Parts: sequence; structure tokens; C-alpha cells
Amino acid sequence: MSEQATPAREAAAEPAAGGGEPPEADRFRRLVAQTVAGPPWVVTVLAIALALVVGGLLMIISDPEVTDTFGYFFARPADALSASWSEVSTAYAALFKGAIFNPDAAGSLTEALRPISETLTEATPLIFGGLAVGLAFRAGLFNIGGQGQLIMGAIATTWVGFTLDAPGFVALPAAVLAGLAGGALYGALVGWLKAGPGAHEVIVTIMLNYVAFLLLGYLIGSDVFRDPDNPQPISKPVADAARLPHLFGDSLRVNAGLLLAIAAVVFTWWLLNRSTLGFQLRAVGANPSAARTAGMSVGYGQIMAMTLSGGLMGLVGMSQVLGTANANNALTQQIDAGLGFTAITVALLGRASPVGTVAAALLFGALQAGGREMQAAAGVSIEIVTVIQALIVLFVAAPPLVRGIFRLRGEGGGHSGLLAKGWNG
Amino acid sequence: MSATLTPTTAPGSATAAATDRGHWYVGGAMTLVGLYALVAFGLGSRTDDGAKAVFNLNLLGDQAIKVPDLTVPAGPTAIALSLVCVAVGVLRLAVRLTGSRRTAATSAYLVAFVAAFLVWATSGHSLNFTSVLNATVLAATPLILGALCGVLCERSGVINVAIEGQFLVGAFAASFFASVSGSLWAGLVAGCLAGGLLGAMLAVFANRYLVQQVVLGVVINLFAAGLTGFLYERLMQANPEYNKTMAFSAIRIPVLSDLPVVGPVLFGQNAVFYLTVILIAVVQIGLFHTRWGLRTRAVGEHPTAADTVGIKVVAMRYRNVILGGLIAGLGGVWLTIGLNITFNKNMAAGQGFIALAALIFGRWSPLGAVSAALLFGFAGGISVSLQPLETPVPTAFLSMTPYLATIFAVAGLVGAVRAPAADGIPYTKS
Amino acid sequence: MSLELRGITKRFGSLVANDGIDLEVRPGEIHCLLGENGAGKSTLMNVLYGLYQPDEGEIRMDGKPLVLSGPRDAIAAGIGMVHQHFMLVDVFTVAENIMLGDERTGSPLAFAGWLDRRRARRDVAEVSARHGLDVDPDALVADLPVGVQQRVEIVKALIRDARVLILDEPTAVLTPQETEELFTVMRSLREAGRSIVFITHKLKEVKAIADRITVIRRGAVVGTAGPDASEAELAGLMVGRDVRLTVDKAPPALDEDAEPAFAVRGLTVLDESGQAAVDDVTFEIRPGEILGVAGVQGNGQTELAEAILGLRPAAAGGIWLDGRELTGRSPRQVLRAGVGYIPEDRSHDALVADSSVAENLVLDLFDRPPFGRRGTMDVRAVRDNAERRVAEFDIRTSSIDTSVGTLSGGNQQKVVVAREMSRPLRLLVAAQPTRGVDVGAMEFIHRRIVAERDQGRPVLIISTELDEIFGLADRIAVMYRGRITAIVPPDTSRADIGCLMAGIVPGSDDAPPSGDGTPPAPDATAPDTAAPDATVADTTVADSAVADSAAPDAAEAGDEPDPRQDAPVKDGDK
Repeated sequence: MSEQATPAREAAAEPAAGGGEPPEADRFRRLVAQTVAGPPWVVTVLAIALALVVGGLLMIISDPEVTDTFGYFFARPADALSASWSEVSTAYAALFKGAIFNPDAAGSLTEALRPISETLTEATPLIFGGLAVGLAFRAGLFNIGGQGQLIMGAIATTWVGFTLDAPGFVALPAAVLAGLAGGALYGALVGWLKAGPGAHEVIVTIMLNYVAFLLLGYLIGSDVFRDPDNPQPISKPVADAARLPHLFGDSLRVNAGLLLAIAAVVFTWWLLNRSTLGFQLRAVGANPSAARTAGMSVGYGQIMAMTLSGGLMGLVGMSQVLGTANANNALTQQIDAGLGFTAITVALLGRASPVGTVAAALLFGALQAGGREMQAAAGVSIEIVTVIQALIVLFVAAPPLVRGIFRLRGEGGGHSGLLAKGWNG
Repeated sequence: MSATLTPTTAPGSATAAATDRGHWYVGGAMTLVGLYALVAFGLGSRTDDGAKAVFNLNLLGDQAIKVPDLTVPAGPTAIALSLVCVAVGVLRLAVRLTGSRRTAATSAYLVAFVAAFLVWATSGHSLNFTSVLNATVLAATPLILGALCGVLCERSGVINVAIEGQFLVGAFAASFFASVSGSLWAGLVAGCLAGGLLGAMLAVFANRYLVQQVVLGVVINLFAAGLTGFLYERLMQANPEYNKTMAFSAIRIPVLSDLPVVGPVLFGQNAVFYLTVILIAVVQIGLFHTRWGLRTRAVGEHPTAADTVGIKVVAMRYRNVILGGLIAGLGGVWLTIGLNITFNKNMAAGQGFIALAALIFGRWSPLGAVSAALLFGFAGGISVSLQPLETPVPTAFLSMTPYLATIFAVAGLVGAVRAPAADGIPYTKS
Repeated sequence: MSLELRGITKRFGSLVANDGIDLEVRPGEIHCLLGENGAGKSTLMNVLYGLYQPDEGEIRMDGKPLVLSGPRDAIAAGIGMVHQHFMLVDVFTVAENIMLGDERTGSPLAFAGWLDRRRARRDVAEVSARHGLDVDPDALVADLPVGVQQRVEIVKALIRDARVLILDEPTAVLTPQETEELFTVMRSLREAGRSIVFITHKLKEVKAIADRITVIRRGAVVGTAGPDASEAELAGLMVGRDVRLTVDKAPPALDEDAEPAFAVRGLTVLDESGQAAVDDVTFEIRPGEILGVAGVQGNGQTELAEAILGLRPAAAGGIWLDGRELTGRSPRQVLRAGVGYIPEDRSHDALVADSSVAENLVLDLFDRPPFGRRGTMDVRAVRDNAERRVAEFDIRTSSIDTSVGTLSGGNQQKVVVAREMSRPLRLLVAAQPTRGVDVGAMEFIHRRIVAERDQGRPVLIISTELDEIFGLADRIAVMYRGRITAIVPPDTSRADIGCLMAGIVPGSDDAPPSGDGTPPAPDATAPDTAAPDATVADTTVADSAVADSAAPDAAEAGDEPDPRQDAPVKDGDK
């Protein structure tokens, strides 16, 4: 009944608002509360820790050798505990070595930098994707169609990449722009369906994901795309000239896609905070009705937001095809690698701000890079990384849960910055 | 009770406007598609020269009552059926139909169109129609269960896009526990419970921590995919005895299963299928004729109103979301031990999202969702059966139909689609 | 059954919504709870209905303490409530709504809670017949007019055998006639020994129906009174100081020969269901004139304003400002043409709650120099503008970066007013310009509106508060069911305006002036029947008009060519 309570609150708040500063004691109390509760990043750090703990527990209970030691726990508890500890510590040590720094393999500069290079390489598409989802969030739209948009971007990039026979300074930009355009058009379709007939963007994007996925499957089997020299269903590779160059020598995978990602961050920050279009997008997102009354076109805002978001997603597809992560530099049925959905978690963790998105993408990129090392060195399936990522976002979205677990006091609020809205809204 | 005091979130005015002019769009589109069918199916080269389409109607060799094959002249039949489509389209253009008449017209149109397509596709070949129906039912069963889960959740006001995840954990748990215990029923119970647990997770984060529910569903899907993928690689890959090929055997209901065509399809399936049929009836009747149903719908439409007459809104939502999870878990059970398939990573392959589509396409009603699931199941079933017929239509495009149909539906081209008013809006006091 | 609230205190965070409230409701009385919007009336009643738990204090019934942990307890204790926003499920039938939570179940599957619809229907019919509340159990609630929906709510409470009935602002959505019908029902319930708590902020209704009155202000009881207390006394208690119901303003400096600056001709606007929400409306406003549109909420005023602003398409007719046609233009074009607009629901239509004061102040001109140039925002210009407006309009905020949603209602409204009046205006449209704002802000906003008029601009005020209309308007147009039933001068009696608001044209079959801009007022000379106790006059006039005139439809009346200028209201009967 907060709506009924609100007027009363206004009435009572009147003297405070009119009389300037709140009383000293009140301010002090609030300060204490804030310190104890911690700023939002405290919750984030705790959420990450909590997710790693749950991940560790999963490793323990799913390893028959370790669970066997629990069979005689009461006889020799040390066995069980040391087996558990060694299981988890080995895995997370491998994760760290794969993502940040590996003291065992730091013989040369290249080897010392390799884990960071891997992390940055994995983070690159996540930055594009996180920005895409975050931008749409800010305009009040939930772009769950990253998979479809990045597939469309990848298709366009690939087609340009293997048909255009041109030197690098033409072929690469052309292929990049094609990816941008492919995703943008597919995103614009969603915006148009939202602005015109009022179709809910979540439903439309989910459906378009599968349309794109099936179209991709059809195309890589078709004469236009199919690589005749390969027995697998895979497209022709893009020309060498159109591939993203390595940044620090051929043995490190980090590539020029990272520079494009940084440019995209700067652009998105400027767009949201310093451009008139961004002002309009934010107003449309926060209160479409007020935006309309103030003379803005809500439909235009929604179409622009989805176009830009789709374009950024198209760049995810572009970096998947042209980047160094793809040995073939070609389209496969798995080209999206779940990035459309991981991007959502990145945007949520980054609270839909460009800078936060970069931090979240680096974290998830590190988990991804480290996860591969973990699988190779410790034999723990990389799928655990997905579990950890999902848990981090779940915990971050529910600050009271995290505070409860760590017995922190704090003000109830704090949410993912998303308006709760139904299908009709 | 934030935001709940504005009880009726009317659908956007744009949607209302679209439906207002709807019958023009729909009628026009139907007529055009009908004309296309006439040209492509009826007058095309495939049906030339008196080619015949042969439909085999016996699923099994030992069918007690056999029916002869149905042979039709492909060209004239396709033309006749296409003309039915055109006629319905023109009718929709000329008259603004409402309610059951509109449903009847749309159904007639769909049946005629699909039949015309089938005749055209089968022209010069033979197709086992009963086996297509059987494939439809097999493909539709999990969609029905997923959509029923969606009905329970969303009718009480919680959006559930985690059906996919519930399928995955249900499928995993069913296969694992059935393999370990050797009992299919243990697997079934475990699968349902796994789905219910994921439902409980959804309910807690949605109702207690007020997390935006679509976001929540997406994250839970990732969680479920990661978890089952991890456990699969960890447990099942190394130990096939944790992931045995097992299945409920078919129970042929005496007499009924001997009926031609529908007999083996509807009365010769396994226990999970019959359970599904019972659940359809329970949910449909329960929702519209019992106290539970009335309260569920009230909580989804106007939770504050329900609260003011003493109904515990949040408890209702918890209960329904968990019940829904159990049902979606059964959908997962079907995917492994219902179909005699071992568990595999991401084996739900988007069926949870098709179930969501069926829920929306069926306008949040149990029977509507079941019809939509059957339609989508048919699109899946037919695309398999058509491959030997060498039609020029790529199966990828047939597989797209459920998704495209749903987009058309939410775009208001198939009449207004309205979700329960409070769907997705958490209920909080003061 | 007597009910007593003792020392009820309810806090929301640091805010005290109810502060030690005492209230006693005796059997068979109509107890009026009077207070301004936001005084804490609804909070108190939600405590009494078990929706909120009080932080302090207790509720006693017949001398025994009563603990209400939820509405279920309140219902069991014989307390029923009709909320301001109806608690009805639109897509349910009347019977389904009434039995919800108290379902009639039976065969064939009683164990599963099978609904016995026949019994539900019968019970509804029985209770509604007993209390003279005519409702059709099988009608869909969404199809019912608000007055009938309210009846459904009352039946819902009575079928649960409510001995104490709480009515929260029940008249806000009713016409004077429907209000009178409601009062009849209330009186008959009182005769039957039931108690009623009647929440309102309208003094005249209190005078008409209350047995006892409790006035609350800022969450605390400030006084009790009997029905013989004067309106001025009650008003004083309610707002805390002498209220001036008039606005300081000079008579309009009108040039009688001036061309009308703003004209609406034959405007028809459809609502979502395709019905005419605004039906063939015509009026003109001269430069330097305020036209006030009076009417009960929901008679097309909102749609009229939205159509002028281009937020709704016009189905017929046109809108002209200074000779330029505005019909069919987008909201942006209309604003650029010099129209200022204060929408009736500021948080929904005017402000972005999470954005800063500074950003909200440029919501309209963000992409125009000096704020936006070639797609880029000039942050400094936005801030400078905000500093100026905050000072000029006395917006009390801790900083211009504060999000607007945290400001008080009055200051939020000042942000809207500041933004809309900072453009060079050719027309000001203000809907409910002072709804939910404190008295200080109200006076400020009224002064700004009058200042706008005094600079020679046409102003259109839409308000459901007759006092505001009387205080501001130079001419009054009354809207009823989408039509303008008359345009009259501001010295027209309250009673006559009340009749017009109910669609009854004073002076029986006399035609009101059709709104074509001709000098209006058939009854400008009507004796001031309204003076001391307007309610009584309201009622009798309305009643006699219903009885005596053939209740001519405004449409038919509008076609009558020759308005008699001097028919006093009371002589309407032959």
C-alpha cells in the first residue's frame, strides 16, 4: 500500500525538505548504517566469494573419490577434510594460474603474460555484449536476444569476410561494419515490433534467437556458405586480410578486438551520459509516459536503443568470427557460445553502466580463461564456471541474502536497477 | 504494495489499436497466404500430371483394425484445400468475427492449410500420417508439461522463463536416479523434485528478494545448464552406469488402442504420457472450477484485492511456482526416461522456450497452451517425416514456425494477447 | 458493536504516518474521518483493516482488545472496507469477486474446493436485494460503471456480515447524483444499526451525512466535531490555518474585441475502447483569460488535455492556437508551438523520478541550444538552468542533483511548473495543477498561473476541485460525459455548476449556451441560493431538477436556438 502511504510520507517529509539539512543525529546514524552495510561493491565481493564457495562444495560432492572419504568421516575426519581441501585448492589454483599469473610457467615474458592475454581475449566479446544489454536496460528494454543478434552479426561478417577480396584496411573495416549492421538490423526489428504493434521485447527476442539459430544451421549447409573442403558443417573461412590482428605477437591471442571494445565503452559512456540521444533513451527507459508528454518519441527511443544494442551484439559475433578465439575464422553452429546470455549476467553485475560492465567482463573473462586451465590441469569441468557466474549474479541481485549470510546489517534496498514489469508493461 | 494499486495494467494502446484494425490485417494476410497456397501447392509442378498422394494410416504392423491407405489426387485436393483457406481469409476480411466463431475459422484455416501442404509434399510419394501424429504427440508432451508449469506460475503472477532449466535438471535427475536405483519411478519422482527445487529457487528470489523475474529466469537457466553440464561431465561421462538407457514401457489400453489412427497415438503410450493427460484435465478444471483456481487467478490479476479478502498472496505464489516446477520437472523426465534417451548436455535444446511460446500463444489458458503445444509439436514432427519426401522446403524453415507464429501472436496480428495483469510484479506490503 | 482505536502509531521508516491516534466508532453512527490528502487517513484505516500492523496502540471492540494480523481477522471481527481504488478483479464476474476469499464450495468435488456458483449467485442476489443495492451477479466487473463497482464492493463487505464499514474516499469518482444514492444507502445501513467510517476531504459531504467528525492532520487527531460545526471551522482544523478559498487576482484585462487566441472546435476524441471520451467539444479562450474546466473526474477532461497536447489523436474537429492549426501534430510540435502543459498525474506523466532535478528541468528542451547542440548535451548549461529555476521557483531541494522522486509533492509540482513556464508560452494547459501539494505550494502555483494570464496569455485550467476553479477561472466550462454542458461566468452559483456537472441543465429545458464562444451564462443573475450550506442546496437543486425537468440531454439542449437569459433555477418547474 505504499501508494497510499506516500502522500503521508510527503506530508511528514515536508518540514525536513523545507528546513534544509536533516538533524545531526540522523545523519550520523545513516553514516554508521552505510559503513556497516558497505557500499554496493562490498556485496559484490561477498557475492563472488560466496559463489566460489558453493562452486567448491559442488566439486567436493561430485567427486566420488572425495565423497568416499566422507564414508569413514567419523573414523578419520582428516582424510575427508584434506581430500576436500586438495580438490578445491588445486582447482582454484589452476583457475588463478589460467586467468592472472602462472608462476610455474613464467620463464619468459610471453609466458608470464599469457594468462592475462587469455583473460582479455575472453573478456572482449563480453564487453561488447555487456554494453549491448546494459544500453537496452537503460532504455527500459530487456534484450534477451543477444544470441540471435550476434548470430546475424556473425553471418554478415562472415559473408563479407569471405566474399570481399580486398586489402586489410578495406576488408577488416568492411567486415566489422557488416557485423555491426547485421546485429543492428536484427535488433531494430525487435524495436520496431515493440514501438509499433507493442510486442513484448522479451518474447520477441527469445523467439528470434531460435529463428537466427535455425537460419544459421541452414546457411552453413547451403551452397553459398558451406566450405566444400571441410566434412563438418562449417562455412568458408574469412580472408586473412579481414581477420583481427594480434596485438602482442602471434603467440598471445589478445587481438585488436579489445581496442574496438574499449572504443565501444567510450562511445557508450558518451552516448548515455553526454548525448541528447542518450538523455532521451534514459528518459524513455525510466518513465516512458513522462518522456512522451515532454515531446519525446518513445517508439523512436526504443527502436534506437534496440538498434544500438543489436549493433553491439553484432560486434560480439564479429569478434567471434574475426578474432583469434576461433581457429577456423568461420561460422559454425556453435558460434554464439552462449555469449548472448553470459552478456546479460555481465550487464547485471556491471549494473548497466559502461565502466561497471568492463569490470564485470574482465571478471567473467578471467573465470572463463582460468576455467579452461582448471579443466586441463585439475580435471574439473569448465561448466562449473557457468554455475559460478550464475550464482554471482543471483547473489548480487539479492543483497539482503548476502548480508544475511554474512550477518551484515544494512538498508533493505539495493536491486539490480531494473524495474519490475510484467509482460503487459 | 508497490504498483499493485493500479490494478489493471491495460495493454498498450498501440496493441489495442492494432487489434481494432486486426481483422483487416489478419483477413488480408490469410487471403494472401491462401492464394500463395493455391499457386504453390495446388498449381505447382509437384502436383502436376495427376500425381497421387498416399497416406498410410497404420502405425504398427500388428494393428488389430487396419485401415486402407488413403490415396488422393494431389493437384485437385490441394487446390480444393487452398480454396478453403482463401475463403476463410475473405470471410475474415468481410466480417469481424469474435469468440468461438473466430477460433473455429482460424482452426479451419490452419487445418486446411496444413492439409494442403501435406498433400503437396506427399505428392508422388507416400507418407505414414499416423506416424506423423505419433511424432507430434511425442514432441508435444514436454511442451505441454512446460506450458502447464507456465500456466500455474504466470496465472498466479510470477513470470517463469526458467522452464528450460527445469527441463534440464528434471531430465538429469530422472536419468541419474533411475540409473542408480534401477527404478524408473524413482527417476520420475527425482526428476519432478529437481524441477520443483528449481521452482522453489525461482519463487524465493522472485517473491522474497524481488529480483526482476525475466532476468531471474535467464540466470536460473544458466545455472541449471552449468550445473547439469558440470555434473554430467563429472559423473556420467566417466560412469555410463549413472546414465543408462531406460524408459517406461508403453501401456496399450485395451480396445481403445486398437482404434484406427488415433488408437496407437493416444492409447498406446507410456505412463508419463497418461500422467500428462491427467495433469491437463486437473489444471484446466482446477483453474476454472475450484477455490484454488479462483484464488490463483485473483492473485495473478489483482493481488491487493486478494489480500484484502484474506488470501495469502505470497504463499499462493510460492505454492503455485513450486507445483509448476514439479510439472516442468516431469517434462524433463519425459526427455530422458520417457523417450528412452540418455542424458546429454543442454539436451532440452530450447524446448523450454517453445513451451513458453506455447503458453503465450495459448493465451495463458491450459487448453490454449495444450493446443499450441500440439501445433508446435506437429511442426517438429512433420519436419522429421518430410525429409524422405525430398520437398524443396528446408526443414529449418519448418522448425521456425512455432517461433514466428508466436511473434505474430504477440504483435497482435492474431488477436489481442493479454497476460495476467499482475504477472511479473512482485507483491510487497508497505 | 463499538470500536475504539487507542493511541495508534504507524511508522514507515523514519516517517510517522499515524501519531497516537484515538478514534471511537459507536454503533449505528456515520463517523467522518476528515483530512487533507496525505494526512494519514488511509494508513489509519489500513491499520483498522489489518493490512498494516500498528507500531503502538491498540484496537478494542466492545471493550475487548482486538489483534488484527491480517484482513482475515478484520473480516472475522465484522470490519469491512471499501477501498478508494476498488479491490475488484476486472476479469471476474460480480459473483466471483464477491465470493473470493469466502468461496461457496460443494458437489461434485467438494473435497477439492469445487466452486458452487449457483449458491454464490443466490447469496449475492439475496444480500443485494436486502440492502437495496442492485447488482447483477453474472456481469463482468470490467463492464460496469464505477458507481456499480462501488456497490459490488459494499455487497462484498455486507455478505461477510460487516458491522463496521469503512468507506475510503468513496465519492471521489461519483457524480453528485451517484453520491446522493450512496448517501441513501449509507443512511439505510445506519438505520440497520451498522457503523460507517466515512473518509473524505470534502467538507460539504461531511456536513451532509456525518453524525460525528474526527479531523486528522499530518498523522494526528487535531479535533472532533459534531455535524453542526461550520465549514470554516472544519477547514481550519483540516489545514491548520485559515484557508483562503480565493486567489488574489485582478479582474482580467480583456479586450472584448480581441480575437480568441486559442480555439477548440467540434473536437471528438476516442478512448481505448473506441467510445467518444471527448464528444464534439467547442470553446475559445481569449488572450489574458483563464478558462476553467469543471467536472467530476473521468468525464473526458484528461482526454481533452491530452488531445490538445497531441498525445491522443482527434477523431473529429480541430484545435487552433493563434491561428495555427495544432490538430494532428505530435506532442513535440505542440510544445514547440508554445504550449505549456502541467499534466494531472505528475509522477506518471511529467517527471522521471530517478533522474535529477536538473535533468527533469530540461526534459522538454534537452536537445535544443543551449542544452543540446549537434547531439551533445552541454552539462554546464543544464546545471546553470537548474540553479536559476530552483531559485526562481523556490524549489526546496538539497541540490540540483537530487533525484526528483525524493522531493515532496509540492516541490515536485514546482519542478513541473518551472519547466513548463520557462519556455516562451502562447498557451498554458494545467490539469489538476495543485493536486496533492501543500497549501504553500498551492498558493505559489496559483500566483504563477494568474501571472501567466496577466501577461496576456490564454490559460486552460482543468480541475475537479470546484474551489480551485472558482478561485482561478474567468469563465467556467463544465464537462459531463465528454461534452461541455455549458460555459458560465465565475459568479455562477455552486449549485448550478453542480447540476451542470451532473449533466442537468439548470432552468429545465432551457438551452445552455452551446460552446461556440458566444457570451454565455443563462443564469448569471440567478439568486445565490448556494450561500451558507451549499450541500443542501446542491441536493435539493439536483433532486428537483431530476424530478421536474425531463432531464434534457445536453445534446438536445444544445440544439435549442434561443437561450432564455433569466430563468432562475428554482423556477425551472412550471
